[in-house]
Amino acid sequence: MFDYSMAEIGNIVVMQGFSGLSMFTVLLLMALGLAIIFGQMGVINMAHGEFMAIGAYTTVMISKLAANYGFVNYYFIFAILIAFMLAFAVGYFIEFIMIRHLYKRPLDTLLATWGLSLVMQQIFRSTFGAKEVSAELPEWMLGSFKPTPDIDIPINGVFVMFLAIIVTAGVYLFMYRSRWGLRVRATVQNRVMAGAVGINTAKVDRMTFALGCGIAGIAGAAFTTIASTGPTTGTLYIVDSFMVVVFGGAASLMGTIASAFGIAQAQSILQFFMTSSMGKVSTLLVIVGILMMKPEGLFASKLRK
Amino acid sequence: MNAILSKLNSSELLGGKKGVLGLAVLAAVIFILLPLGVDIFRLNLVGKYLTYAFVAVSLVLLWGNGGILSLGQGIFFGLGGYGMAMFMKLEASDPVSTKIQTTPGIPDFMDWNQLTELPWFWEPFNSLPLTIAAILIIPALFAYIIGFAMFKRRVGGVYFAIITQAIALILSILIVGQQGLTGGVNGITDLKTMLGWDTRTDSAKYILYYVNGILLFGCILLSRYILTSKFGMLLLAMRDKEERVRFSGYDVSDFKIFIFCVAAMISAIGGAMFTLQVGFMSPSFVGIVPSIEMVIFCAVGGRISLIGAVYGTLLVNYGKTFFSETYPELWLFLMGGLFMAVVMFFPNGLAGLWDQHARKLKFMKRFYDDTPEPERFEPTLSAAKDTAEAAVAKKEKPAKVANMKGAKA
Repeated sequence: MFDYSMAEIGNIVVMQGFSGLSMFTVLLLMALGLAIIFGQMGVINMAHGEFMAIGAYTTVMISKLAANYGFVNYYFIFAILIAFMLAFAVGYFIEFIMIRHLYKRPLDTLLATWGLSLVMQQIFRSTFGAKEVSAELPEWMLGSFKPTPDIDIPINGVFVMFLAIIVTAGVYLFMYRSRWGLRVRATVQNRVMAGAVGINTAKVDRMTFALGCGIAGIAGAAFTTIASTGPTTGTLYIVDSFMVVVFGGAASLMGTIASAFGIAQAQSILQFFMTSSMGKVSTLLVIVGILMMKPEGLFASKLRK
Repeated sequence: MNAILSKLNSSELLGGKKGVLGLAVLAAVIFILLPLGVDIFRLNLVGKYLTYAFVAVSLVLLWGNGGILSLGQGIFFGLGGYGMAMFMKLEASDPVSTKIQTTPGIPDFMDWNQLTELPWFWEPFNSLPLTIAAILIIPALFAYIIGFAMFKRRVGGVYFAIITQAIALILSILIVGQQGLTGGVNGITDLKTMLGWDTRTDSAKYILYYVNGILLFGCILLSRYILTSKFGMLLLAMRDKEERVRFSGYDVSDFKIFIFCVAAMISAIGGAMFTLQVGFMSPSFVGIVPSIEMVIFCAVGGRISLIGAVYGTLLVNYGKTFFSETYPELWLFLMGGLFMAVVMFFPNGLAGLWDQHARKLKFMKRFYDDTPEPERFEPTLSAAKDTAEAAVAKKEKPAKVANMKGAKA
């Protein structure tokens, strides 16, 4: 850590910080979906990573199609939409056949969705093969810009970041400024009363779960721009995203953003100075330590129980 | 003598007539049927599966009866296994047999990683008594620290599951990352002897199998003793209505910490026996996947049944070996499907199914008391029951359901 001059350390921090930002965006998109499903509904969706993989595979397939028909530069916007819709549809279906029977047993949702994730991984493996596949990136997304000669900032990272900002804003508007969001929050806070005033809580549950899965699909689309996709891609991020949600305070949107940022940055910068495994270990250790001190997370909403 | 026997028989310790029968059948299967029925290679595999059964039994205590789902039992299995592995590795790396190394007398993977002396925490594993003590005490201590930090702050349920899972991940990354100290991703391998006794011969395998079985029975009896004591009643009460137990003046967190420590020790014994029988230990038995798989063994067997957990472990592992040998593609589908089916339709697992049906058999009747057993899973089962009833209703009266749906719309 001490062999570098101050200027070099500055550059390293900026560049690692930026690579942390790309990780932050994927983590944030994953965690937003989870924060809705886990934070609002209390369902532990261990298959969340596989919903991300659905989005990623969709994007890869569409990019291959686009490469064949020569619209590589524009496909991404369709890919995001289709990834969202596909993950949304699968989530809707899964909620209908499985999750809705388990709302009273949150620990069991964990096991059932773990089983689901195994099945989905095997489906990916049988359909797309065990090898990792990557998307054909549009030309404008390749390359990087250099504010100073020593700093390289990849454009795909910038793009993904904008995507994350838009999605986050969308989720915020949906949850806090729309009738739907109002119904979701009412159902979460008091299911019986919400039902009594005429909210169809079963429908709200289904839509909420599907929405969370859809956002994971968008995360998958974003993921293809920075890494390649394999059958087990989702599992790499699932623990991290759960830590993000729990660390941020389960029901808090601000907390999710802040903790995704903190965790991604800490990992990225520590990984440069230590080995990559030690960077990850020390970040996770700090989080677990803080969670033991403050189990309700950083930004817990205050409420009486 | 007779008086003691009859007392044992009637006492709750063995779970009444039914419990004695269950234990006897399990003992017959493990100690007589399997050793006679399969060759030594397969028996060694069964022995390996039975070491997972320790973890499944510990989860029956912790999860089925205590309501605490730990997704980190692999941590304790791993700590126990690594403890034994470190002892056997040190024995295998005496200065004579490692004289080609740059530094003779230290394990080979340390030499490959340019270590020149044994790290301090390896020193105690030179002696067997200290190793056995470490296998039992370190996991319990670790569990105590985790439990103390979390249960005292009333962290439970889902949060406990996620945090224990994160700890399992941390430990497995740490073991993989610190190759020089732990053997890295390959783990600690080439373990052949314990105190000069070759554990790889057929006779040694038989002996280890029986030792393993006896230890497993010891753990089952210990668990049953705990569950039938007053503490066991409190544990059940805590699972179902924690607040009410707290308001009755009990310190809930102490009970939880205690049961978590016991579960950790039982898992660690399993880990140590695993190393002895299989001859290596690696981080792939520590992380998230093995920890969750062990929960599934327990769930398949029946989360509230100590004996069911053993059968569940054997069955799932047999299935795993069978299918991954013959249809590797199918295995993950089956495993995943099994998970979902067990959780959704048979929350009490094999043991629950058996109890339901055995009650109706003529020759089994005398093993059941006349009074029906209280439904032990009432509050949590209601959801599954609703769906089951709905399914029955759908099958029998499709018209009525359709009517109701129409009325709703």
